[in-house]
Amino acid sequence: MASEKGSKQSALVRSSAADPLFHYFTMSIGLAVIALLGYMVLKLIGDAWHSITYFEGRFLTSAVWNPREDVYSALPFIFGTLTTSAIAILIGVPLSIGIAIYLSELAPPWIREPLSFLVELLAAVPSVIYGLWAMYALRPVLMNDVEPFLQSILGWTPFFQGTGFGIDKLAAGIILAVMIIPTVASVSKESLMAVPDSQREAALSLGATRYETTRMAVLTYARSGMFGAAILGLGRAVGETMAVTMTIGNANMISWSLLDPGQTMASVIANNWQEAEGLMLSALIEIGVVLFFVALIVNVIARLMVGKVLKAVPMTGGGL
Amino acid sequence: MRSYKARKFKNQLASLLAFGCVLLALIPLVSILIEVIVRGLPAIDWNFLTNRTMSSGNPESGIGNAIVGSVLLVGWACLIGLPLGILTGIYVSEYGNNWIGNSMRFFNDVLASFPSIVVGLFAYSLLVTVVGFSLISGAFALAIIMIPIVANTTEEALKMVPNSLREASLALGVPRWRTVIKVIISNGRAGLVTGALLSIARIAGETAPLLLTSFGNPFWSTGLFNPVAALPLTIFRNAMSPYADLQQQAWGAALVLIVMVLSLNVIVRLLTRSRFKNRTKAVNRKWLAKSRPSV
Repeated sequence: MASEKGSKQSALVRSSAADPLFHYFTMSIGLAVIALLGYMVLKLIGDAWHSITYFEGRFLTSAVWNPREDVYSALPFIFGTLTTSAIAILIGVPLSIGIAIYLSELAPPWIREPLSFLVELLAAVPSVIYGLWAMYALRPVLMNDVEPFLQSILGWTPFFQGTGFGIDKLAAGIILAVMIIPTVASVSKESLMAVPDSQREAALSLGATRYETTRMAVLTYARSGMFGAAILGLGRAVGETMAVTMTIGNANMISWSLLDPGQTMASVIANNWQEAEGLMLSALIEIGVVLFFVALIVNVIARLMVGKVLKAVPMTGGGL
Repeated sequence: MRSYKARKFKNQLASLLAFGCVLLALIPLVSILIEVIVRGLPAIDWNFLTNRTMSSGNPESGIGNAIVGSVLLVGWACLIGLPLGILTGIYVSEYGNNWIGNSMRFFNDVLASFPSIVVGLFAYSLLVTVVGFSLISGAFALAIIMIPIVANTTEEALKMVPNSLREASLALGVPRWRTVIKVIISNGRAGLVTGALLSIARIAGETAPLLLTSFGNPFWSTGLFNPVAALPLTIFRNAMSPYADLQQQAWGAALVLIVMVLSLNVIVRLLTRSRFKNRTKAVNRKWLAKSRPSV
């Protein structure tokens, strides 16, 4: 009797000791992951320090990348990242919003799930396979049909000068547009679905058509979520590496023509990593640090904007 | 006031336009699947799947070492990433209703959509500078990509466990930590498996971080501290090569990789569907929207 009581008591005592232990163990694991990330950021900046102190501000403003003379800068790649991301947003975001509207507002219920799944699968295709597809299947179409056509109507602008060979900033931008569609479409769709039905009912009861309801009552309500979705797409486009490396043509130059090859921050790292050493390696890491901060700012803004909806971001996405 | 007919026409036009967007977005998907099957299937035979990668012109060349390398990388990444991700998810779900939990959530969300090449750089500066290009640094990079995905899905899965179960267990005098392990985790098990599969599908196709860390290797290699081959790396290098036979092998490797990744996604899909068949549609929709990447 006494021993039974004693064992019960000790079990109680043990449990009260084990509870905070478990609590703080899981907490320390979570915090350790964050601390590790912080340490790695510092380590990365440390590895880039040689280049940071050697080139100083010139690194971001000059356009010279010359391994032979050991002079490096990031401007051509920042430029390339900006142009390809801009193309991706211009093509990808309107398409994604159309998809989101169809899937959330217009589609018959039975078709929503399967269509959603198919669009979602776009995020599951690995980046390197997008690149492979773009190199061998998309390129002939771009080179023979799309680019001559664009040149015939827009050839007078600075953006479509020269001859396109299907391996250029336009190709990279188009493949990026396809790759951001699942992200932007899913977050947009979630923010549309979060619009209360009373909004729709109010508009419908006033005699509005589906289209008018969507435009007046739903889209205005979901605006900020969709804007956040677009920024999230931008974050994805900025950091995408493999598909861009395989399609952009890898030329370290600044040119306004989308039919010229270029290079992005991510692709220059992927391309030059094998032969990089010394100052060049440090310069590549500095480009990585710049990319890190750009991606951090873009993603934090997007996360703050989409708020609750953010759980819907596809995570199956093939390698960014 | 515009006429009813004009408004109706506009309505139908808009519906058609929106449907056109969906079709346009699906063209690449269908085209990729067709191209990969049509161009990849002729490359695949027993030798291709079991031999190691050789130089151009050698018909015996294969992707066996890349398949083994990918399995090893993913396996080691799971060993590192799954426990860390699941424990973080447990904390955030069970104890995380405070600023610590909220900031962990935020960090994980930001990390989840981070460029993977930056993660590759992290792993490079932390491990490759010490041990060189190696299997372990590649696996470490993949693990970092995994952690936020696993933590998020774990949190969502555990939140789905009804509170009445927690209360029932605590009322029986079971300590909280045993409640978490015995009651909550075993009830949220399917969700944990889903998260693990999703993260595996994601990291199996990662290329950029491997380029910076595990580097690739034309030979058979299983050592933790040696460079190791991987399917995505083989696809990349062969696709960029000027030789037709190597490009053909890239398509074959792409077919193997895409079958692996897509079947994982379909399995996850089936798992999440069958579990909630009996619930009302509203609950189903709400849950799916929260826990599963959906469009």
